[in-house]
Order: sequence, then C-alpha cells, then structure tokens
Amino acid sequence: MSLLAGLGGGGAGTAAAPKTQARSGHHWWLVGPGLVYLVLFFVLPVGVMLVTSLYVRQTGAEVGDYTPALHWQNYGVALESFWRQLVRSLGFAGVATLVALAIGYPMAYAIAVRARHRKLLQGLLLVLVIAPFFTSFILRTIAWKQILADDAPVVHLLKAVHVLPPDGRLTATSFVVVCGLVYNFLPFMVLPIYANLERLDPRMLEAGADLYASPFTTFRKVTFPLSMPGVVSGTLLVFIPASGDYVNSSLLGNPDTVMIGQVVDQRFTKLLDYPTAASLSAILMVIILALVITYVRRSGTEELL
Amino acid sequence: MRRRPIPEPVLRELADRAAAAGLSRRSFLGLLGAAGGAAALSACGQDSGTTATPGGVRWGNWPFYLDVDDAGHHPTLEQFQKKTGVPVTYMEDVEDCDAFFAKVRGPLAAGQDIGYDVVTLTDWMAERWVSQGYTQAVRRDQMPNTKNIMKSLASADYDPDRSHTVPWQAGLSGIAWRWDKVPNGLNSLDDLWAPELAGHVEVLSEFTSTIALALWATDVDPSSPWQSDQFEVALEYVAQHYRSGHLRGMKGNGIVDDLANKDGDIWAIVSYSGDIFQANQEEKADPKDPDPFGFAVPEAGGVIWADHFMVPKASTEVDAVQKLINFYYDPAVAAEVAAYVNYITPVVGAQEAMEKIASGLASDPLIFPDEDTLNRCPLVRGFSLDEYVDYTDRFHTALTPTDGRVTSTSTATPTPSPTTPTPTPTTATPTPTRAATQTPTPTQTPTPTQTPSPTRTRQTQAPPPADDE
Repeated sequence: MSLLAGLGGGGAGTAAAPKTQARSGHHWWLVGPGLVYLVLFFVLPVGVMLVTSLYVRQTGAEVGDYTPALHWQNYGVALESFWRQLVRSLGFAGVATLVALAIGYPMAYAIAVRARHRKLLQGLLLVLVIAPFFTSFILRTIAWKQILADDAPVVHLLKAVHVLPPDGRLTATSFVVVCGLVYNFLPFMVLPIYANLERLDPRMLEAGADLYASPFTTFRKVTFPLSMPGVVSGTLLVFIPASGDYVNSSLLGNPDTVMIGQVVDQRFTKLLDYPTAASLSAILMVIILALVITYVRRSGTEELL
Repeated sequence: MRRRPIPEPVLRELADRAAAAGLSRRSFLGLLGAAGGAAALSACGQDSGTTATPGGVRWGNWPFYLDVDDAGHHPTLEQFQKKTGVPVTYMEDVEDCDAFFAKVRGPLAAGQDIGYDVVTLTDWMAERWVSQGYTQAVRRDQMPNTKNIMKSLASADYDPDRSHTVPWQAGLSGIAWRWDKVPNGLNSLDDLWAPELAGHVEVLSEFTSTIALALWATDVDPSSPWQSDQFEVALEYVAQHYRSGHLRGMKGNGIVDDLANKDGDIWAIVSYSGDIFQANQEEKADPKDPDPFGFAVPEAGGVIWADHFMVPKASTEVDAVQKLINFYYDPAVAAEVAAYVNYITPVVGAQEAMEKIASGLASDPLIFPDEDTLNRCPLVRGFSLDEYVDYTDRFHTALTPTDGRVTSTSTATPTPSPTTPTPTPTTATPTPTRAATQTPTPTQTPTPTQTPSPTRTRQTQAPPPADDE
C-alpha cells in the first residue's frame, strides 16, 4: 500500500494537487479511516517487525524470549544461511509470472475482445476463471499433489510416451512447484488484463488496419501498449504473493524447492526464532520493493497505476 | 508427536469437524483428494483455555488422544466426573508443542493463569517447563495408582521422582514402511538408504526422533550425554541423503498420511508406533487382512517418548488434577484409553485389563511392546535451553539445503572415526543426571579420542583438543 502511495507520489501529486487543496480540508476526513487502518494494521506491524529483527537471544534465556538490541548481525546470518531460498523464491516467482502472463494474456484477450459480443459466453468464461477460488487454495494444491503423484495416471502416461524417464516423477520437483504457483495465481493475471482489454476500443484496431499495419503490428503497437496498466498490475499481483508463497512448495516440493516463505514460517512457528524470521521478511520486503519500483519505472506506467 | 498428523491449521480444523461428523481422518483426507472440493473454509478462531471453575479441572490435550464415542463423548472422562464429582473442561488445544508453548509462554512465565489446570506435553517440552519452574508438584502419595507407572518411564533426569510430570501416553519412534512397496521390510536406518527407495523416503521433522535414530545409526546411544560433535555426525548422516535427493522431504505429524496415501510417493518413513497402528486399523477393510504397513525399532535401537501431565504454576486445582491422574492410572481405565488411542500406556497392568475388553490388542507389540523392545528404546537425553535452540536451529537449517552450515566438505567424514568408543548396548541403565548433561565442563568430554568434526558451526566452535596434532 505504501508502495503504491510512494509510486503514485511522483505522478498524481503534481497534476491534481493545486485544485483539490484549494477546495478545503475535507479530504482528510475521507482519507482518515483508511489512514488509521493503514497505520494500525500495516505501519505498526512493519515497525514491530523491523524492531524484532534486531533482537537477540541471551544465553540461557527461555526459548522464544528475546532481548531488545541493535543486533544487525541477524541480517547477515539470515542472508548467509538462507540466500539460496531467497534467490530461489524470486526465481520461481519470476518464472511463474512470465508463464502466467504467457497463458493469461491470450485468455484475457479472448474473453475481453473475442467474446465481446457474446455476453453469455463471456460471463461463462469469466466464471471459469474465478471458479477455482470457490475452493480453498490449500485443497486445490493437495488435489494437484494427488493428481501428479508417482502412481497416478498422469505420471504413468508421461512415462509411457517417454516424456519422463522411467524413474522420473513430477511431484517433489521445481517444475511442479512453479506450475502450482502459475495455477494458483493465474486469475490474478487474467482479471486485471481482462478489465483493461474490455475497454479496448475496436476502432483503434480498425485504424491500425487502415494504416496498413498487419494484425501483429497492430497488436504490438496498439493493443499491447494500451493494455500495459493491466499487464503491470497483473504481473505485480502474481509476482509479489508468489515470491512469499509457501504452500505450493511445502505441498508439491521437496527440500530442493524450499522457498523463503517456508523458512520464515518454520523459523517463526517451529523454532520461535522471531529475529531471523523478521529479518528475512524485511529483506524480502526490501527486495520486492526495489524490484517493483524499478519495474514500474521501466514500464513507464506510473501515472496509470 | 502423536496422532493428528495434519499439517495445515485450516485442514486440521476441517479434519476435526469431519471427525466430529464421524469420518476417520484418513477417509476424510481421501475424500479431500478425490473430490478436491469441500465446504468453504472458515478460519475459526481456536478456543483455548477458559477461566477457572472452582474445584474443576481444565485439561488441555492433543486431539484424538482420549477415548471418544460416536456421539463425541469421552466415556472415561464422564466416568471420572460421575465418580468424583469433579467437573472437567476438556480442550483439544495442543496441535504442536512449540505452537502451544508460544501461545501460553507470556502468562506462564509471569506466573499467571494460562487457562489450563493440567496439560499433557512431550518430554523435551516437559523438561523445559520443569527446569524453568513453570509447573507445580503433584503429590504421588495422593495418587496411589501411580505406583503402576511403567519402569522405563518412572524416572527422568529432569524429574527423577516424577513429582512434576506424570506420563499420560507414550510411544516408540522407529521406522515404518509399506509392505506392498517394501516386501522385505526394513531392519535398520541404513535400510532406508537402499537405492530402490530413492526419492520415496521421508523423515520426521521433529528433530529429537530423527536425530535419536541417526545417533543410534552412528553408534551413539541417544540417552547418553552425547555432545555437539556426535550431533553433527548424526545430522550429517541424514543430511547427505537430503542433498542427494534420496529423501523426498521432512514432515511433522502428517508423515503417516503420506505413507498411507495410495499415490505411491512415500514408501518408508521415520515414524511413531501408534500412528502406524492406527493407519493399519484404518486401511484394513477386514480386521483379518494383513497389515498394509510395517513398523520396526531399528536394530541399533529406537527411542521411547511420552506426553506428561503437568500442572501449570498458577493453577489452584492441584487436588482435582491429582484425582484425575489417579483415575487414569487405574489399569482398567488405562486399557480403555489405550484401546482407543493405540499408543503405549505407561500403566502396568493395563495389558491384563485389556485382555478383558479387547484381547486382540493385548497381544499387539505396538501397544504393549515386550521387555526387549523397551530395553532397546531409552528416553532421549534432556537438553538445556541453549542446546535445544542450537540443535533445532542446526537441524532445520541443515535439512533445508543451503551452503551454510552443512557444507559439501563435510561429506568426506559422515561416519564416526573408528576410534570413537561405542557406547554399551545396554540401554536400560539409568541415564546420567541432569546436572552432568547441562553443564559440560572441559573434563567431561564424553569421547576424548574423537576428532573434531569439520562441520562445526559457529555456535559450537571450540578450540581443538590439545592432543589433536
């Protein structure tokens, strides 16, 4: 949230400021509840997290009992021990985002543009995109685990057609973890792009054709740039939760696919190692923030967010 | 450490409800997998701890850890209330020792009421509570039935006379397998690493069990005062199979579900005896069918563990709790509980009582292990808080592969040097006193000839022995 506020600061502030401020101070009343909410449930917890990440355990202290300190070494230790999981999480999330975009964009395009004049079909397709959300995320992932298990038909079939070697398997591989991430976050990619393409004016495409652009060029020069805000929000909505996800990897992965979310979960709930969990979370947050800011700046869509 | 092996809180919640509706846990999971669909998940807050009722007992226990009938009543508990007039609030609030501890730690340390008059927690957690002074003593002379306590559990180094911790149920940690995939069974932890099992093995994420078996496999008695070096060797014994991909994963209470799952992913695991017994019962269509799963205490040795009754410091209901403990140490009552929970009852005489209610169970070695098995399964030695933090940290870090603590260089010496003295195989001897294990002094190094392991972590860095050239 603060992220979007920070990003918006550049564009929105300059354009809209003079008029609204001239009117009155009323806008504070409108912003108030949201601000209070943000401070209580976002700023304060993040502050607590940052403070906790510097705590230190005294020798002989109770498990889970930490003393306030400025123990910056926590960050070094956390990075040194878990940089692989951190890099892996970002890698998995990045690949998942690209795959989700590759799958999701055509889906969104088909629903928004191709099915535009068949409202019933469009509605049906949208329901199909959202339908998985009617079932719990965890249950769906467990179902995947069962479908792709070693003795299940899918694996047998893939072995029969020699896609998989005789001793190959699907679960407990990074491949399936990424597939799980893509599957679980795909709607977050499709919906924003759909919302964007839905407003696409077909006359733009006609104009492109009139100017002798091939359909591909029209897509490249007109459709895609116009849908950029949807693409940017879609990729962010997939990448950010995917990089912190721990369900897919715990259910579908193995020790070689452990993601940072699992480490944080384990440190926090199993080892009561709050400082390491907090510093890992802080590191993840900073990395994502940096990546997202760079990404948004590069794609030149600040003002559209 | 006991039944109720479902990993996710939401799932547990669902499973609990399914259980309340009369579904077994396994058929419930099967249903989940098959249909992939289920009702909406509500993240219901768990009710934990209540305010005290004078003269009553608030008991916090693990789910599925007390006899229950189809209507959801606990027959023995009702019997107790009728007999003594002590009202009991029974709460299945312990899903995980660490998580439970995290929840009550604040008031517990401050000496305030934590919402329970008695809780049943596992050895290492019991030790922590006792050593930190979180418990109050119960009077054994007020509980005459506790003379029935099983010999191997009658004393612990942290509570020699069991005046703060009284065993509720016990179990063995060993190895388990699917008979259909592993037709010859398994005899030792080394058998888990057979090439044909590659990728189909899981171990318990609870480090005391997994490391205890690994200690045995590396010729160290887990009840002896082993130290950091032996721990590292045992850890590496397991961790090398993580790096090679032979181990598919590490699981907590859900590990038996993975084994029992017909998807064929997991064939062999490190497990608790009672879980395997239950899985066998649940999988068999006809009680006369052969067991689908096998369980064995490894040749080298296994470990016994127990969950213990403890009275938190601030409880005012010690008298009522004593009545409760005394009641459950009646062999007839213990047999009734054992017939349901299928773990090892610490009550001597329950086996004879079991003959009367379910003679088949009385001869089951998983519920009533023989003397020889018990002798091969000592209690793991206790840990100081610092040791616990250090060991769990190293265990969990090593088994989420990184280049951090367990480096590739350490694979060179995964097994102990031949000069390492082998502990005596007689494990029934009393374990060393707490004081000895808690304050290691330079003169007290247990294996003076052992070379320092190259995998020492920063916490355990120590100057090399003087005789080490």
